[in-house]
Amino acid sequence: MRSTAMTPALGAALAAVLALAGCAAGQPAETPAASVQAEAAASVTVTDAWVKAGDGGMTALFGMLDNGGATSITLSGAETDAAEMAELHETVESDGAMTMREKEGGFEIAAGGHLMLEPGANHVMLMGLTGPLQAGDEVTVTLSFSDGSSLDVVAPVKDYQGANEQYDEGHEAH
Amino acid sequence: MTGEPGGSGFSRRHLLFGGAAAAGAGAAAALGASAAIRAGVDAAGASGAGGAGGTASPTAVGEAILPFHGVHQAGVETPPQAHALFIALDLLPEVDAPALRRMLRVLSDDAARVTQGRPPLADTEPELAEVPARLTVTFGFGPGLVARAGAEAPSWLRPLPPFGIDRLDPRWNDGDLLLQIGADDAVTVSHAARMLLKDARSFATIRWTQRGFRRAAGSEPEGRTMRNLFGQLDGTVNPKPGTPDFDELVWSGGEPAWMAGGTSMVLRRIAMDLDGWDRVDRPGREASVGRKLASGAPLTGEREHDEPDFEALGPVGFPVIPDFSHLRRSRSEEPGERIYRRGYNYDEAPASASVSDAGLLFASFQADVDRQFVPIQRRLDELDLLNEWTTPVGSAVFAIPPGCAEGGYIGDTLV
Repeated sequence: MRSTAMTPALGAALAAVLALAGCAAGQPAETPAASVQAEAAASVTVTDAWVKAGDGGMTALFGMLDNGGATSITLSGAETDAAEMAELHETVESDGAMTMREKEGGFEIAAGGHLMLEPGANHVMLMGLTGPLQAGDEVTVTLSFSDGSSLDVVAPVKDYQGANEQYDEGHEAH
Repeated sequence: MTGEPGGSGFSRRHLLFGGAAAAGAGAAAALGASAAIRAGVDAAGASGAGGAGGTASPTAVGEAILPFHGVHQAGVETPPQAHALFIALDLLPEVDAPALRRMLRVLSDDAARVTQGRPPLADTEPELAEVPARLTVTFGFGPGLVARAGAEAPSWLRPLPPFGIDRLDPRWNDGDLLLQIGADDAVTVSHAARMLLKDARSFATIRWTQRGFRRAAGSEPEGRTMRNLFGQLDGTVNPKPGTPDFDELVWSGGEPAWMAGGTSMVLRRIAMDLDGWDRVDRPGREASVGRKLASGAPLTGEREHDEPDFEALGPVGFPVIPDFSHLRRSRSEEPGERIYRRGYNYDEAPASASVSDAGLLFASFQADVDRQFVPIQRRLDELDLLNEWTTPVGSAVFAIPPGCAEGGYIGDTLV
């Protein structure tokens, strides 16, 4: 599979777990998103996105977002057909344990800066999976920015044993 | 060992006199008859290591990168790296064609990244990916995998016919999916294998693992023929990658269609009786193979690549290159009966009282196993003095599918 591919957002309708056809589509990882949408999404490049496999419940999207634009942008939300809800989460230490909680106000990415989404740190939490996500599947997650623009990220699903931090409210993590 | 020119085959190793008998070369012929050889033994001959080709950087060996994508898979024409790991996996019962597709996508993506010195997605030890060291990952399909894909298998994709010299232990045989991982650095091999196996875990279990080695990168001039643990040059006669001869012998024209640009791999684990070999003196060793140990030259020649003269007779009237020699037996009159060898030594912890468990991971590539490999092996099975000291203990045949383009995956012509 290719690394993360992204395409301009086509709307949530398209976002889904793709059964992937072969060498299907998707652009090479480092291709900047087409600037069909508003500016924020157009200046963002997503690389190495992936989603942890899961039979149900929660999981998360990881990867690297680079802001190639001249102004600061804010990642404000996410959605996907693969889950009932998607939230932006940060991981913080609380009483000696690492816990996840929603990131208030989203993630700001400075001009020329980047946002790393990785296990044990910031990530896009997918809650209430609508079906099992198996290794080798692909998931489309639509990232939205504070200026109203959005970007579809196509991420392969991988088996992963980590990313087990507790959720803030005490739920079992992904 | 050296192969012989026309024949490809296995090398010279078999020697004479197994122990007691010391025979002159002539007498040995008789003895040799019972011994058959095994095929296997030789190694491939391509070049050895070599780092980026350069001389400049002190870390050139570690930095060297080979392409993953292409018409053919890497790890066939690739000059053999210093370290190789062969892993056979068995698919879990529930793995069907869609699951195969998912697995091959994940594993191909891992390989595409890690061979380029980049950590695969979700790599928990990304720093270990920083030294590519000519890493290649080559995928092979056993008959079981092709069946799960619901596709037609090449006619030769099945276990080899039994040979008289075989003493196969099922723990080294067959498999659904082969991973051949090669690099000039052992840590690189280990990390690549770890990543691939983690990602294969929901689809398959390990059937066997075989580890092999050659000289370290940079320790010998590039292109030198490997010496096996009998001290023989192993792989002298090998088609040269990149030549029309090699292309014709190795690459499949597409029978069936999904194999176009692919090839086959025969992997034979050949135990070498180093203790028995110790009892054979140099003349006997050379007669058994038909080549000089120091130079690898045929007994009738001076240089490694000299053509052997099978008609030449010694003072007593026996052929200089004995009829029972590995060189003679592995040579075919039929030019199409040749293979490309790319083998590795192995040397494992000996069991019980023995002081040696060593041998050769005989790996050969050929377009058609039945047409090219089997006839050679049959001749060696019938007669090859090297059989006295070499025993095939494992055997597997895999279809090596073609390479894939960027965005594709290995096996995308199959499933």
